Amino acid sequence: MVSATFHSTSNTKPEISSGDPQAARLAMNTLRLKRARQQAFFLNWVTPVIGFGLLILIWYGVALKSAGAFPSPIETFKQALDIFSDPFYSHGPNDQGIGWNIYSSLKRVALGFGLAALVGIPAGFLIGRFQWASHMFNPLISLLRPVSPLAWLPIGLLVFKGANPAAIWTIFICSIWPMIINTAVGVQRVPSDYMNVARVLNLSEWKIMTKILFPAVLPYMLTGVRLSVGTAWLVIVAAEMLTGGVGIGFWVWDEWNNLNVKNIIVAIFVIGLVGLVLEALLIRLASAFTFDDVKQ
Amino acid sequence: MMSSNDAIQFQKERIKVNESSITKYIDIQDVHQAFATPKGEFLALKDINLSVQKGQFVTLIGHSGCGKSTLLNLIAGLTTPTQGSLLCANKEITGPGPERAVVFQNHSLLPWLSCYENVYLAVERVFGPSGAVVGRAAESKSSLKERTLAALEMVGLSHAAFKRPGEISGGMKQRVGIARALSMEPQVLLLDEPFGALDALTRAKLQDELLQIVAKTQSTVVMVTHDVDEAVLLSDVIVMMTNGPAATIGETLHVNLKRPRSRMDSAQDSSYLAYRSAVIDFLYNRQSHVEKNH
Repeated sequence: MVSATFHSTSNTKPEISSGDPQAARLAMNTLRLKRARQQAFFLNWVTPVIGFGLLILIWYGVALKSAGAFPSPIETFKQALDIFSDPFYSHGPNDQGIGWNIYSSLKRVALGFGLAALVGIPAGFLIGRFQWASHMFNPLISLLRPVSPLAWLPIGLLVFKGANPAAIWTIFICSIWPMIINTAVGVQRVPSDYMNVARVLNLSEWKIMTKILFPAVLPYMLTGVRLSVGTAWLVIVAAEMLTGGVGIGFWVWDEWNNLNVKNIIVAIFVIGLVGLVLEALLIRLASAFTFDDVKQ
Repeated sequence: MMSSNDAIQFQKERIKVNESSITKYIDIQDVHQAFATPKGEFLALKDINLSVQKGQFVTLIGHSGCGKSTLLNLIAGLTTPTQGSLLCANKEITGPGPERAVVFQNHSLLPWLSCYENVYLAVERVFGPSGAVVGRAAESKSSLKERTLAALEMVGLSHAAFKRPGEISGGMKQRVGIARALSMEPQVLLLDEPFGALDALTRAKLQDELLQIVAKTQSTVVMVTHDVDEAVLLSDVIVMMTNGPAATIGETLHVNLKRPRSRMDSAQDSSYLAYRSAVIDFLYNRQSHVEKNH
């Protein structure tokens, strides 16, 4: 590459006046490109690492200051290695590996969330499509949505007479709202052009549902699903702390009772990581089903 | 400006339109259309009387906001008039129907379906098992498929049949929209500024194609446009509308140019130019557009 050699030999800002002007312009462009690449690399990789470094530094400072009461990053890392060396052991219901704990929590979230989707998405369609339904249910949703999910836990315990179904019930009730609301908004925002097509073609309600409404609403629905799963994962920890059993939330509480702060910190990272993975998976799913708008 | 000879010619033709309206196919009588707005009632159309013969190509022309699309929507049955009646083949228009196919300005293809599937949706509805046409047996799957492919071929898009609308150009999308409308074998083709969003070259090309397709299918066409050349080149009758609110038909111009018409020949044809200047005279001298804040 002529430009590359030109650049490397001069190694300073090339002057247009010296030598071939076209080669000089080329060299300028390569230089600019190189700078842009360096900048992108810095932003994408170096800055996040600095961020983590800062966190660990503060953590280290706090650990030093507390004189042993708060575990240092290195101790915690060693503990994490220990925990993850055998994630799937089981010594009775109160002493199980972190793998089992995460698995039980995910299972509860899946059940509660699945039930919420089963009820919430059709409800969203109903509310979006029919005005009477939106007038009937919107005040109820506005009233119930701001309630903290944990306030529902006693009702669950009362009705289902068990800790596990009560936790699932709590997940259900907190993850249903984003799905109802987003689906309803999606249905209301279906471009009127599409509905005009449906009217001109005189499509049946079934065809309107499957060929127009459902695909048009899908991106909105998946946003609702993503928010719901996020909330469900937030709530499960709190719910399990109260209900007990096997689960990451209960594990955190258990380790607090054992005064094992290292394990709590490990659990915090694990909870964050699982949440991150769930979110990333759903974003990928959503982008696969989002079609570019027709109006360009 | 027209010579007096041309003016007489126009007079005669207008009389001819009135005579031939005995064989009217679409018949619009005393239609008023008002919309409820927060500021009160807005009268969009007033005293619309129009008849279209079978096989005629009629364009509605006027400045933006003059209610030409409103009138087309009324014929399509997407809206119902506040007053007056619309008949198609002696039957009152009460809603949209497959005998009146619409091509929308923004093509309105469903972006998650391929071109083929977009057209098939219409074909299946009209000729399939849930067919809207009374007294016609449902056609087989292979026959429906054939119809779909034939419609796409008519607009020259066989090669792009399995592409999604997002993957093809604006002109191609509009062609799929036309194919979808034609595939229903409608008695009336309603076009709402179908080429308005396209660049000039693509528009000219599609106009030529539309001319050929209409000549082949002998369709009755009502088309909304604001393009004078498009109106003169394509139409048998140009319906010129006054400015809104309370827009009405200002003048009806019978374009008596022989078919098939070609863009090149028309450009030099003296009667073409006379029709053209008549429309321009109406639009810019007598209905010069004022931006209103309503």
